Amino acid sequence: MAATQFRIWRQDGAGDEGGYRDYTTEVTEGMVVLDAVHQIQAESANDLAVRWNCKAGKCGSCSAEVNGNPRLMCMTRMSDLPADRPVTVEPMRAFPVIRDLVCDVSWNYEVKKKIEPFEPRPPDAEDGTWRIAQEDVERVQEFRKCIECFLCQDVCHVLRDHHLHDEFVGPRFFVYNAALEMHPLDTRDRLASLKQDEGIGYCNITKCCTKVCPEHITITDNAIIPLKERVVSEFYDPLKKLFRVFSGGSRA
Amino acid sequence: MEQTPYEYDVLVVGAGGAGLRAAIEASAAGASCGVICKSLLGKAHTVMAEGGMAAAIGNVDERDDWKVHVTDTLRGGQYLSNPKMAEIHAKEAPARALELEAWGALFDRTKDGRILQRNFGGHRYPRLAHVGDRTGLEMIRTLQDHGIHRGIDFHMEYTVFRLLLDDGRVSGALAYDRERGRFRVYRAKAVVLATGGIGRAFKITSNSWEYTGDGHALAYDAGADLIDMEFVQFHPTGMVWPPSVRGILVTEGVRGEGGILLNSDGERFMFDDIPPLYKDQTADSAEEGWRYVVGDRDARRPPELLTRDHVARCIVDQIKAGKGSPHGGVYLDIAWIREKISNSEDHIRKKLPSMYHQFKELAGLDITKERMEVGPTTHYVMGGVRVDAESQMSSVPGLFAAGECAAGLHGANRLGGNSLSDLLVFGQRAGEYAAAFASEQGEVRLDEAVVDAGVAEALEPLERERGEGPYQIQHELQDLMQEKVGIVRVESELEEAIEEIGRLSERARAVSAPGNREYNPGWHTALDLHPLLVVSEAVARAGLMRRESRGAQFRDDYPRKDEHFGKVIIRVARGADGEMVVEEIPVEPMSDELTRLVEEMG
Repeated sequence: MAATQFRIWRQDGAGDEGGYRDYTTEVTEGMVVLDAVHQIQAESANDLAVRWNCKAGKCGSCSAEVNGNPRLMCMTRMSDLPADRPVTVEPMRAFPVIRDLVCDVSWNYEVKKKIEPFEPRPPDAEDGTWRIAQEDVERVQEFRKCIECFLCQDVCHVLRDHHLHDEFVGPRFFVYNAALEMHPLDTRDRLASLKQDEGIGYCNITKCCTKVCPEHITITDNAIIPLKERVVSEFYDPLKKLFRVFSGGSRA
Repeated sequence: MEQTPYEYDVLVVGAGGAGLRAAIEASAAGASCGVICKSLLGKAHTVMAEGGMAAAIGNVDERDDWKVHVTDTLRGGQYLSNPKMAEIHAKEAPARALELEAWGALFDRTKDGRILQRNFGGHRYPRLAHVGDRTGLEMIRTLQDHGIHRGIDFHMEYTVFRLLLDDGRVSGALAYDRERGRFRVYRAKAVVLATGGIGRAFKITSNSWEYTGDGHALAYDAGADLIDMEFVQFHPTGMVWPPSVRGILVTEGVRGEGGILLNSDGERFMFDDIPPLYKDQTADSAEEGWRYVVGDRDARRPPELLTRDHVARCIVDQIKAGKGSPHGGVYLDIAWIREKISNSEDHIRKKLPSMYHQFKELAGLDITKERMEVGPTTHYVMGGVRVDAESQMSSVPGLFAAGECAAGLHGANRLGGNSLSDLLVFGQRAGEYAAAFASEQGEVRLDEAVVDAGVAEALEPLERERGEGPYQIQHELQDLMQEKVGIVRVESELEEAIEEIGRLSERARAVSAPGNREYNPGWHTALDLHPLLVVSEAVARAGLMRRESRGAQFRDDYPRKDEHFGKVIIRVARGADGEMVVEEIPVEPMSDELTRLVEEMG
């Protein structure tokens, strides 16, 4: 390969409108987008801001939009992108930009704090631990693989287009809820908060989140839909509703 | 500076496994606690740990217990470890692993539903609790999610660049935030360093940009001792191709699951060189090695599971002998197990999912069908802050260290899997003792003048309009360390390296990184140069003083172990005039009980 054109988003803080700037750099075999961005940073834009850590798809730091697609820059190979037009790199659009490719994802950390934490049932084995079947571990492994790159949050219409950050926690935290709800030892109930505070009803299962997940978590089918079903059977089941009326329950 | 300092009983620097575990413990003890981390929460290097956490729970082989674990650790460390630390580690690791489960971690299970344990290099029995090959993620996420509900303050994307002292005792820290370039003062009665390693001092490394030896240098600058700095672990299997991923780790778990190392002639070269210390524990034949992998308790370990220092050197020898792979590594083959099991492709994907993913996406290679190309990569530093075995306090009152930036547990070489357990065992202890120290001590004072001077110094590169950029110096240092202070060392090159580091330090003092204070990577790199240069010099000087080959240190001019150096460790500290002082000190003595155990277990 040879000299490749890049259009990289440059923005000097929230007060600045920002815009694309063009760069050219030499792309060699095996390079990923993050390598190219670093090369540009070293060659011609020393102050280009980019967040990264592991460079192996394990930490979820280098999320960005490459040619308009939410991607981890470290896992996007240059050879998989069309060579005949410039490669566009811009920050995730669902979050405020701090500078250039770095955005403020602190909202996600605040959301997580509000979700009911894990609480195990008392140990059931004589040695004071638990016996858990491998298949029960595997059922939630998919959700626990999440590297918190927040690409699913970036692409979700409810956050990106409708900005319902106060009423809706987004796909990442439905996956988090699913991991807790389906944890073989957990005892807490998160269905009421999923319905009332976390806005699971807003999700209209377009599966955009599933498509962008770099860990290939089937977010919509395996996490969100089962949670929606649980919420429905808890709050909209006619028999349960009747029972609540007579027992004076107020959760619906 | 005019802003009011943040105040804590215990300030933890670093939010990997050790830092988080320390903060949770300090907070549980009633201390107010703040955590400063260089990246976002949950991104620290612990997330990269793959293979598992060593804890002698004995679920897979009931012959395992702390006694076997401690002797394995001491043997792996070539008897330079602090024996008391090795003992505490082996005894407390099981409780720390089980506690993690009570906080929500899910490990893979045995058939009867207990925590499954896997084989790893240097461990006599299957000992590593794991979740596929993403144990580190499970661990850091569990600690993170537990920690956010404990009233701990997290300061994300802040870098500490100076410790503050009050009459010889630690009193706080000075940091800048990456986002806006603002400075912050922290006042604390105790500080726990949990900053990880120094991998970025080398060109080829599995470490991310963060691992610039910050905690090592902070402690050194504050007057604490460093020890064992000559021992840098080169992990035998890093990716070598394509160039942009060179150095990224390929877990030892691949070999634990039956992966074998081959040279370009297709020879399984690890059988050719088995060290006497491990002769009795190592398989005689490929057939016996495979039986071990599938759990035959009478079989001995395949030679691929010898300690990391040895395997890395064998790989270097093959490459030097012209038997390397096309891109300067050797072959690691797990696909071959198709000869042994029918559903091998599914099995590999299930046991090593992130390795499958990593090679598929970054190298376009299917590890269930093809051989990988691997070579050594700078992975871990055994050396670090010298601490008390029980409390983890350094020689500076109130300054604690845990995890990779502390030293003593691993001696001359760390066993795989002993790191995750190290983080938890000594993170917990550091948190406990730091909280106790804070509660027993009175208030500390901050010296305004020192704070202002620190800030002014940190701003210098930003304000210097003209001068050399920081990247050039960083790259030259990385090339130098890789070439002259790497896997194979020799006196003349170490001396040259020390001189060159001196010149680079001079240049670093005049470095220029103009631009904004907000998220300015050039400026951050300029500030990282000081810790990188300190740890580089410490590694080179300690390596020069140890005139023998042992564990991770291989000296071409002294290729054998030396009796004298088996009894001493190397201490590095700042002298009265700011020069680096290096000296031999005796290895910590072993208790009678441990001495007997070591003799019994061979």
